[in-house]
Amino acid sequence: MLYNNTATHIRRELLVKVASMAFRGTLTKEIDRIPFEMIPKEKPSIRCCIHHDRVVIKYRLMAMLGFALEKESDELRPLSSYAEEALDRVQVEDPVLTVIDEACSACVQSHYFVTNACRGCVARPCVWNCPKKAIQMIHGQARIDASLCVNCGLCQKVCPYHAIVKVPIPCEEACPVGAISKSPQGKEQIDFSQCIYCGKCMNECPFGAIVERSQILDVIRALQSNKPVIALVAPAMVGQFPGEYPQLVSALRALGFHQVYEVAHGADETIVREAKELVERIHSGETFMTTSCCPAYTRCVGIHVPELKPYISTTKSPMLYAAEKARQENSESLLVFIGPCVAKKGEALQSGMVDYVLNTEELGALLVAKEIDIPHCEPALILNTPSACARAFPIVGNVSQAVGKKVRELAAELEVKPFVVDGMDRQNIKLLRQMVKTKPEGNLVEVMACQGGCVAGPAVINKPVAAAKKIEDWIRKGTLQIKETEPVKVHS
Amino acid sequence: MELLKNARNIHVVICSGTTCYLMGASELFGIEKVLEESLASRINLEGSPCMNLCKGGSYGKAPFVKVNDTLISTATIPKVVEEIRRQASL
Repeated sequence: MLYNNTATHIRRELLVKVASMAFRGTLTKEIDRIPFEMIPKEKPSIRCCIHHDRVVIKYRLMAMLGFALEKESDELRPLSSYAEEALDRVQVEDPVLTVIDEACSACVQSHYFVTNACRGCVARPCVWNCPKKAIQMIHGQARIDASLCVNCGLCQKVCPYHAIVKVPIPCEEACPVGAISKSPQGKEQIDFSQCIYCGKCMNECPFGAIVERSQILDVIRALQSNKPVIALVAPAMVGQFPGEYPQLVSALRALGFHQVYEVAHGADETIVREAKELVERIHSGETFMTTSCCPAYTRCVGIHVPELKPYISTTKSPMLYAAEKARQENSESLLVFIGPCVAKKGEALQSGMVDYVLNTEELGALLVAKEIDIPHCEPALILNTPSACARAFPIVGNVSQAVGKKVRELAAELEVKPFVVDGMDRQNIKLLRQMVKTKPEGNLVEVMACQGGCVAGPAVINKPVAAAKKIEDWIRKGTLQIKETEPVKVHS
Repeated sequence: MELLKNARNIHVVICSGTTCYLMGASELFGIEKVLEESLASRINLEGSPCMNLCKGGSYGKAPFVKVNDTLISTATIPKVVEEIRRQASL
């Protein structure tokens, strides 16, 4: 589905409203008004009536305050009371996604359906090809008997009039691991023991019923506290906002971050360690190793493909190395990772290394709330520049390229053959399952849960192609900067 | 008249301030790809720093696009294309 749609717009508008109120300190006073402001009675409703629309807005706001909607116990409890609780919270918690059951339209079970375009032709390829004899001609048109149909889709393929359509359940279809299914009431629910936090369902649900539990309030409170707050900025962020990266750094400082670290520095550490590890593994007779930087992939292996686990590099992700370094230098600080990813929220919680995670949209909302316009920011001077290879991590293929290049420096006799798994859909997860038995066509397997890499993450605001180009342009420009400032080794 | 029809005289300005970008301005830059060649060759597409239309709400909601002097709020590709077509046929 297109990133820009009404569901996305509502979400982003709400984030800005919540952030503005939180910065002003008026959240508990004003938040109960938002559903009424957003859905005024004089405007037509989106769903059945404005009251339904308003209650869905209320649930969206609860998730933005960080609550798991599954745990709601008192429907009468106002948002202001949730806001109060959120403002007192000391710790954020798992799971990072939640389902708004009021927003879920309880889509009918995925099925094939014969439309009125059926001409009741003489050839009747649908009847001939149906392996379950589930199609009959009734009143001159084909009809599928749902009790016999096995959803194979053959009838749809062979109909000369394209009269048969598949009516899907978009979230279930998007989930590569079958973690979403219907409750007895017909609403979708996520089984978090199976969910890999890839975030695909969130973007595919046309009702916007699956949402992230936001940590914006926790971040705003951190920024308003006396503690220094450090932003760990994922390399993917270079391609997300207008203006250039040094302007984004200034914008983050204007927002109240004391320091801004490029996670690409952590990626440089990942490259070196992963290269050494690959050399060791190959020397000890192993046939392949996979990358470890994508948290949705490692979570997926842990839950769904445990036999592949020994092949994942034990090297940590760039985020964790960056966090280690930031902690070493300033143990009192709070660390906020900023990226386009849902699964990083899970990784941050599980590692305990990063305090909070903001996604692209959430950071955008904080900037808009504070009226900070990135293109108007004075570019910050970036003195310590990570390598071009590290900055290129968010574009698919570049992680294995970077590690391969480093291996050639360490052990020229070793041949590194990268094999890239671009996007974790059902088919590629099958491929991962076979990998242990059949061995991949390479010895360094890079896996990215999002097709195209992090530039196509679930919480991006720029188009992946445009974002990738922007990152490449910046790398070209940024590498020129290295030559001017290389002798100085200070963190920006 | 013929000359005028071939000139790049339809000025399309996409606001690229942080607010407009958050609300989907980046996607609007794809507009040249959906226009037929005869129209694409007549537009002059550029991004602009924040035009300050998002403050106060009196101009509608972001993202904002200007097609010559016409302001479009909550801009989408179809809305902008429609205005370009309208102006091209004047």
